[in-house]
Amino acid sequence: MFIEMVSLAAKWAIPLILFAITLLAFVRRVNVYETFVQGAQEGFTTAIKTIPFLVAMFVAISVFRASGAMELFVQVLSPVTDMFGIPAEVIPLGIMRPLSGGGALGITAELIKTYGPDSFIGRLASTLQGSTDTTFFVLTLYFGSVNVIRYRYAVIAGLSADITGFIASVVICNLVFK
Amino acid sequence: MVNVIWVGMLLIGIIVAAINGNIDAVTTAALKGAQTAVDFALGLIAIMAFWLGIMKVAEEAGLVRLLSRIVKPVTAFLFPSVPRDHPAMGAIIMNLSANILGLGNAATPMGLIAMKELQKLNRSDPRTASDAMCTFLALNTSCITIIPATVIGIRIKAGSANPTEIVGTTIFATACGMTVGVIVDRVMRRIYGYRKWR
Repeated sequence: MFIEMVSLAAKWAIPLILFAITLLAFVRRVNVYETFVQGAQEGFTTAIKTIPFLVAMFVAISVFRASGAMELFVQVLSPVTDMFGIPAEVIPLGIMRPLSGGGALGITAELIKTYGPDSFIGRLASTLQGSTDTTFFVLTLYFGSVNVIRYRYAVIAGLSADITGFIASVVICNLVFK
Repeated sequence: MVNVIWVGMLLIGIIVAAINGNIDAVTTAALKGAQTAVDFALGLIAIMAFWLGIMKVAEEAGLVRLLSRIVKPVTAFLFPSVPRDHPAMGAIIMNLSANILGLGNAATPMGLIAMKELQKLNRSDPRTASDAMCTFLALNTSCITIIPATVIGIRIKAGSANPTEIVGTTIFATACGMTVGVIVDRVMRRIYGYRKWR
């Protein structure tokens, strides 16, 4: 019931917003067409501006993954994660999640396929995927669009939220699904 | 911080590849990464042009200002340095709402508009993140999604008996993450504030 309502809201939100904005602007005698084109121009330049930042980040992540350094990292971390009762299967997902959205989604899809969607690992992977974000990607994209290169404490705040989300997922899944 | 992470990932990657004996993977991966980045940015042009066009119309019609006035009690607490009816507030609110509804395509352009507006308010060095930017990104990356649509899709495809049973656990875990994100942001802002005085 609740879920149906939310997905209904998600489906209608954008068409309704489009309708309301256009109508109101027209009524208020804004030159809607001209204003839209002006804004779209800015959109183009903003998207282009992010390219060098995204290239830098994607190259580093891509090399880190392809070289096998990612797997090594997982092995080094495993004694710590074992201590907290985190299943070894989901550790690559936890590490991949802040770095690459596509990569993490790939791991989640694979875990769900291998262990089954209704297994403990499947449910935990689903929860992890939904409750953490591609922090590095978001920071690179957002800061890159305004040419900011010193992120100050944004990385620490974002990553601590991700780590908390990871631990909270493990705890709540252990309580609910085990 | 990013500098160290970036250099670390790249150098460790190259060293590990050399030890593992698959050094040619480095070159391929680097170029493939660059290609992915450019492809992404090119795809972004369409979404950005469309949403920034619409947003400009909304701004001219006075809608962004109106929205920021409605939600000012919450935002005044989180973003003390942003004037209450500044367009940045409207964009921040729209970005977070889109995130909550899981509308990724709409969330990104709104977020980039918010960053642009926050940059206009950035009183220090324009290449350094302002307090408000850090808070915004902490909220953005830890934001609750009510419907994790992608995951539910994967679960349906994999033949789950109850694809949406993970919604409750997901909301709980994000809520924890978001709380910690906001607290860490607050604490770090203090620490960095003191550093500036020295």
